[in-house]
Formats: sequence, C-alpha cells, structure tokens
Amino acid sequence: MAHSSLIGRAVAARSQAFLLVLLAIAVLVPVMNLAVPAGSFFHIPSYGVSLFGKYVCYALLALSIDLIWGYCGILSLGHGAFFALGGYAMGMHLMREIGPRGVYGDPILPDFMVFLNWKELPWFWHGFDFFPFALLMIVAVPGVLAFVFGWFAFRSRVTGVYLSIITQALTFALMLAFFRNEMGFGGNNGLTDFKDILGFDLQHDTTRCGLFVASILALGLGYSICRFVVRSKAGKVLVAIRDAESRTRFLGYRVEGYKLFVFVLSAMLAGVAGALYTPQVGIINPSEFSPANSIEVVVWVAVGGRGTLIGAVLGAIIVNGAKTLFTGWFPEIWLFALGALFVGVTLFMPKGVMGLLRGDGGGGAKIKLLLEKLGAARTGRMLR
Amino acid sequence: MASALRLMLFAGLWLGLTFGGAHSGFAQTNPQLTPLLEKLDTRNFKQKADAVAAIAAIDDPMVVPLLKTLGAGDLYRRKSDGTYFRAIRKGSAFALHDLVSGDEVETLSKSAVERIIVNNSMRGQIDALLGSLTLRSADPKQRLSAAQSLLKERDPSGLNALEAAIEAEEQDHIRDVMIAARSAIVLYDTSAAQADRLEAVAALKARGGRSMMSLLSGAAGDQDPEVADAATAAAAAIDKELQFWALGQNVLYGLSLGSVLLLAAIGLAITFGVMGVINMAHGELVMLGAYTTFVVQDAIRSSAPHLFDYSLLIAAPLAFAIVGLVGIAIERGVVRFLYGRPLETLLATWGISLLLQQTVRSIFGPTNKEVGNPSWMTGGFELGYLTITYNRMWILVFALAVFAGLLLLLKKTAIGLQMRAVTQNRAMASDMGVRSGMVDAMTFGLGAGVAGLAGVALSQIDNVSPNLGQGYIVDSFMVVVFGGAGNLWGALAGAFTLGIANKFLEPFSGAVLAKVLVLVFIILFIQKRPRGLFPLKGRAVES
Repeated sequence: MAHSSLIGRAVAARSQAFLLVLLAIAVLVPVMNLAVPAGSFFHIPSYGVSLFGKYVCYALLALSIDLIWGYCGILSLGHGAFFALGGYAMGMHLMREIGPRGVYGDPILPDFMVFLNWKELPWFWHGFDFFPFALLMIVAVPGVLAFVFGWFAFRSRVTGVYLSIITQALTFALMLAFFRNEMGFGGNNGLTDFKDILGFDLQHDTTRCGLFVASILALGLGYSICRFVVRSKAGKVLVAIRDAESRTRFLGYRVEGYKLFVFVLSAMLAGVAGALYTPQVGIINPSEFSPANSIEVVVWVAVGGRGTLIGAVLGAIIVNGAKTLFTGWFPEIWLFALGALFVGVTLFMPKGVMGLLRGDGGGGAKIKLLLEKLGAARTGRMLR
Repeated sequence: MASALRLMLFAGLWLGLTFGGAHSGFAQTNPQLTPLLEKLDTRNFKQKADAVAAIAAIDDPMVVPLLKTLGAGDLYRRKSDGTYFRAIRKGSAFALHDLVSGDEVETLSKSAVERIIVNNSMRGQIDALLGSLTLRSADPKQRLSAAQSLLKERDPSGLNALEAAIEAEEQDHIRDVMIAARSAIVLYDTSAAQADRLEAVAALKARGGRSMMSLLSGAAGDQDPEVADAATAAAAAIDKELQFWALGQNVLYGLSLGSVLLLAAIGLAITFGVMGVINMAHGELVMLGAYTTFVVQDAIRSSAPHLFDYSLLIAAPLAFAIVGLVGIAIERGVVRFLYGRPLETLLATWGISLLLQQTVRSIFGPTNKEVGNPSWMTGGFELGYLTITYNRMWILVFALAVFAGLLLLLKKTAIGLQMRAVTQNRAMASDMGVRSGMVDAMTFGLGAGVAGLAGVALSQIDNVSPNLGQGYIVDSFMVVVFGGAGNLWGALAGAFTLGIANKFLEPFSGAVLAKVLVLVFIILFIQKRPRGLFPLKGRAVES
C-alpha cells in the first residue's frame, strides 16, 4: 500500500513537473521571440515559433492516440482524419474571415468557389463566419464521426488489427472524398491564403506567439484531461479492457461504452490539435488525411513510450525535431532513419524513451530477452 | 460534297492499287481491251460512252485506273504507238505515267500526245461505273471499303450497282455491309415503297450496333408515320441490346480490376490470413517484383533483344525467388520476434516498407521506370461489342493461375499441410515434429514471393515507381478483410466482388466516389460480419 502511494506520488510529481515545463515554454518562447533582439543568441525567429507550434499540435495529436492505444488497446490508423477535420473546420472559419480580400474580391464566397463558378455558399459552410460556432465544430465534427464510427465498430466487436485496418480505410475514403472539387472544400489545394484570426494578422509575430501559447495551453489542458481520465476508476477499466477485453466484459463492465467514450474524447483532442495546426502552418489540404500520416503518429507514440502520456508528447517532439533536422541536412536519409526507428523501437524499445528514462524494459533488457529466445530456439533444435 | 469524297476515296483506292504491286505492264494488255481502247479515241461522245461502258465490263486491273484518269481528264494517248497514259503537264511538255504502276515513262512534247476529252454526262457515267467496279473489285478489302463508304454516304445513285454487287458477293461479312448500305439508302429514300423501307428498317435492326442505331434514330422523324415508328422501335431495341453489352463490358472491367486486386491481395491473404501477421510492407514487396521485371527487361534489351517477348516469363520466377528471399529475411530478422503482438508487427513492417521504398528510390531514382509490354501483351480483340485487351486478359489468367497454384500448394503438398497445421495449432504441430519456425519463414516467404509475382503483372499496367506499392496496400487489405482472413477463397470472392462493384458504381458516381462508396460499404460490412465473408471457425478465431 505504502509502495503504491509512493508510485502515485512520483507520478503526480512527474506530471506537475511536466505541466511546469509547459508553462515555462509558454512564457519563454514568446519572450525569446518578441523581447530578445534579433541578433542575440537567445532569439527565436518567427518561423521557429510556428515550427515549435506545429510540434506542439503534433504532440497533442500523439497524446490523443496514446490515450486510446496506450490505455485501451485501440490502435487507430486513421486519427489523422480527426486531426484534418478539426483543421478543416478551423480553415473554413479562416476562409470566411478573408471576406472580400480574396483574389476575386467576392464578399462571401472563398476564392476557390468563385474559381469553380459556384454561385452561393454550400449549406455546410454557413455559420463558420461565427468563431464560437467554428470552435464548436472543431470538436463536434470529429466527435460525431468518432461516435458513429465507434458505435458501429465497438458494438459489433471489431477489434485489434481489423479495427486498425478499417480506421485506415476511413481516413483513406475521406482523403479521396476531400480531393474532389465537388465536395466544396477546395479539392486538391485545400484551404489556404488565410489572412487573420479574430482580427489579428496571421503573419504578425504577436499572433504567432499567441497561437503558440494557445497550443501549449491546449496541450496542457489535453494532458490534464487525459491524466484525469486514466487515473480515474474508468481509467482502470480501460486498462483492463486493453489487457483482457473478454474478461472485463464477463466481469460485467460495458466495454463498448468505455471504448466509445475514450475514442470520442480522443477524436475531439485530435480535432483541437488540427484546428491549432491550420493557422500556424497556413494551409490544410487532403494529404493530411493520408493513411501514412496517421501511421506516422503511432510511431511517435511508440518512440516516446505508449501508455505514458508524457511519452507521447516527447515522442512527437523528438521524431519531428529529428525529421526537421534530417530533411534539412540529408533528405535521402530521413526515410531510412524513420523506417529504422519503426523497426528498432518495436524490437528493442517496447516501452520507448520513457522506458529508457525509467530504466525498466529498456534496450538492454530487451536484447537480453531476444538472446535468450534465440538460445532457447537453438537448444530446442539440438534436442530434436 | 458527296462526289468529291467519293473521288478522294477512289484516288486512294487507285493509289493503293498502283503501289500495291498489282502490276500488269502495258505490253500485256488484255486482248479484249485493245479494240475497245481504240474506240475511245473518237470525237463522238456517244461512241465513247459505249466504249467506256464496255471497258467497265471487263475484268482487268487496268480498267479502274483508266476510267479514273479518264474521268479526271488526264488521259492522253501517245500518237506514236496509240498507248494510253496519265499525263501531267510539265511546262510546255507532258510527263507520261504508266496507268497501272504510276511510274513516269517519258516526257513528250504537246504535239506527240493527244488528250481524250470527256463531257459532263460521261463524267457522271464514269463515276457510277467506278462505284460499281470497286464494289465488284477482285480485292475484298476494296469491296468492303466501297460498301462502307456507301453505307456512310447513302448516295441513291449507287443503288443499282449495289444490287448487282450484292448478287455477286461471295463473302458473307462484305455482303452484310452491302445489304446494310442498301437498306440505309432505301430507308432514307422517301420515294421508295413503304414496304421496302420497312424491310430496310428490319434489316438494319438485325445488323445492330451503335452506327445502325444512329441511322435508325435519324429516320425517326420520317414523314411516313409507319416508317418513323418502326425506326424508333428498332433504334430502341438496338439501344437495349447495346446496354446489355455495356453491362457485359462493365463486368469485364470489373473482372479485370478484380484480378489486379486478387494479385495484390493474395500474398497478403497468406501472411495476414494464414499467419495473422499484418505485413504493411506487402505493397513494397509488390513493388520489388515490378522492379525485378524492369531489371530483367533492361538486361534483355542490352544483351539479348530477341528474347524480349519472353522477358515476363523470365522475370516471374526470378521475382518470386528474389522477393520470396526478401520476405524470408524480413520474417527471420524482424517479424518472428513479434508473433502474438500484431499491432507491433504492423508498425515494424511499416518501417520496413519505408526502408524498402527509400532503398529502391536511392538505387533506381524516384522517377517512373519504363517497363515494356511484350508483343503478346499488346493490342486486343473484339468479341461481339466487347473490347478485350490482351494485357488485361493475361493478367486475369495469371491471377487465376496463381490462385490455383497456391490452393494446390496449400491443400496437396507436405509444406502446405504443415502450414495449415501450424496455423491451426502451433503447439500441437510443434509436438508432432513440425519445425514451426521454418514453416513460418516459408509461409512468409511464400506470401512475399506471390507479391513479387503480382509485381511482375502490375508492371504491365501501372507506373513502376517507388510508390507503386502504396497505391495497393489499402485496397488489398480491404480485399482480405472483406473476404475473411485465413481463406484463399475469401480473397478470390472479395477481390472480384470489390472489383465489379467498383466498376458498376463508376458510371453513376465517378471513379473517386465509387471508391469512397466501396470503402464505406466495407466499413459497414465489417460491422455485420467482423470476420469477413468466409470467417475462420473454431479455436483459431480467438487466438
């Protein structure tokens, strides 16, 4: 008992430290961008702020995957879909904010609709000029899609790899659909050329810093929600479902309900991540739906350590940081590195970076295990 | 306009004749022809016309070019020996060309030759004679094209010649065109008897096809209500028939797409279905097979071009072996440490897929590679109104052959038996002396080798680039999930169902939306049958 409360205190201390670090970053980065003069060593250029902001959005997306994969065993290979839907919802608001400043100067229709010779706004674009409505849609659209999809899938007990494959099909289908001009989301080019958000110029440094701080806050809030969920009693049931779904069901828990709840929550978090991503990157297009993107997110989580929440955040930032550096230095190598990372992490670091930090189940132990297995196989063969 | 077209046609025919090698020198002029040729050289147009008519009745290769030249006013007679030539003015002199061969014979002054003049009525006579002459030419191709041009032109003046030609024609398919041409002429000749025109409608309907349908619907506005009604009804009947054929064509397209899906998915059905391993690198294994084909063709092009037609036959076993070995390496190196952890396997194999992609990109470059079709894979043929291309047909045959081969391997061979034993109960199979580790490697290698075979086939219809595999991975997983893992028949049914469904939706919704609809359908289908069309039964389900 004393032991478990010790662990509990350590975990609490760690998450507090994590939130404090986030807070420090939220203060430091804007200061280093806005207050520190441009020539200084400590100055962060504006593109750097947007870049870090992008990482933070990715971290939130990874967090949402860790919540379902790490704690409930649902491996979604289509979470990019929820991310992109959130991004599109925000993008639609930003398109409406452009107003008559577009290339064609139409007061209502976005440029691509004028270009396609559309006469009026499609019904699903109405309301997006109103920011609170857009905010609602950012969580509602991914949430509703996740609810409908999850309700069908969990009720009929589609689990494991089958679920992974159909989530992949979901995002693939959405990608194909969003590529079509007739869908009314800008087709191939997606939504871009945003001017400002809530009246603040998107190109301006303070706006960028504001978005960065908003992203950090969203990440901190998302982390707190996830932590609250996994530490609650429901969180224990989720872990039980992950480890032995049938047994949990036999114990009388409504497995479908728990799964559905956590899946929808996760999709909403992904939607928020996408919504913050769009204004900082300046574009949202259908390639965000591509299955490869969604699979990559899972690797971030695996690298960081699944089922640790903080690990997902670390993984997203480490992998994306490495990606930025690698693609800048030797673009040829990046896919090799990423591929090797996938293989290496699954084979040698099943608990990811967090496992290494904690010192349990790290690389050394895994390699020892492998060697043992090999040895056993060899002796088995000799016996025969 | 019509006669100008006809003139052009005849000019073409004439050139075809003269250059086609149908030589008969002027020296060996048909003895029947000689006296008639003498009669041409007269100022009396009546006599001349009689001579022309008599000449047209003689079967000789010279007749058509002679009449043609005469009609054009280019026929000249050499005064020295009385032979006829086509003459072209060269300054003040004339260049004489042989009528049949078209070769230039000599250049003479104006006084050494004499032009054979024709008047308007003779020109008309010659045109008509030429029409019937080509209809009765000795060359079947010429007869066919004459009949086809009549069918297109519907010139009533050709009717008599056509009747005669129909009587004389011996080849059925040419006579059919002639009859259709006659019917078309009669149908559009408002002065013809109603019974004849109705008969023409029936004849055109019997012939069928898109052009007959447009002919008939063109007559739907006829003044004679009975003819108009009959034509409308006949056009509708043909339309219905054509729709039926279009349905058949759609099924064919669907089968073709299904065979591609089957090829891409069948290896996956082994690794995923039989072993329970999610191999995300499967698409890249297909891509390796395609690149093997490219390398083989490249080697053949540079060292033994005459073997090019056999390149695929050489590439197929090579691709099977090479990609199979890559598969065994993947299984021994990575996958075997992850058995029982399907989600980790998925991630690791995805990593492998990235490695393979980048390796190929580094070696061969990111651009598409040119993989040629052997001669027996190019072109196509028509069956009824169906168009079948050879490459699609052979791929279908190949897919079914691969399927049958795999089925035999799994059901009839020792290794197949061991594979099934390990799938059903690994521990028990091990106890019985099956080396399960080796069987795992062989099974994975087999799945990979089949992916390599798929790559050989896909290199014939798709771009060979490092991204080739990615285009198939989602589709092939859909096939396996839809058909039911662990069952080759499921993959077969899944592939062809999805292929045909896709092609049937396409006309209504467009290609992209059709694909989206199929994906949505599968997602819904999985809800109803979470284990696919042909689920595994028994203990294997829970393991």
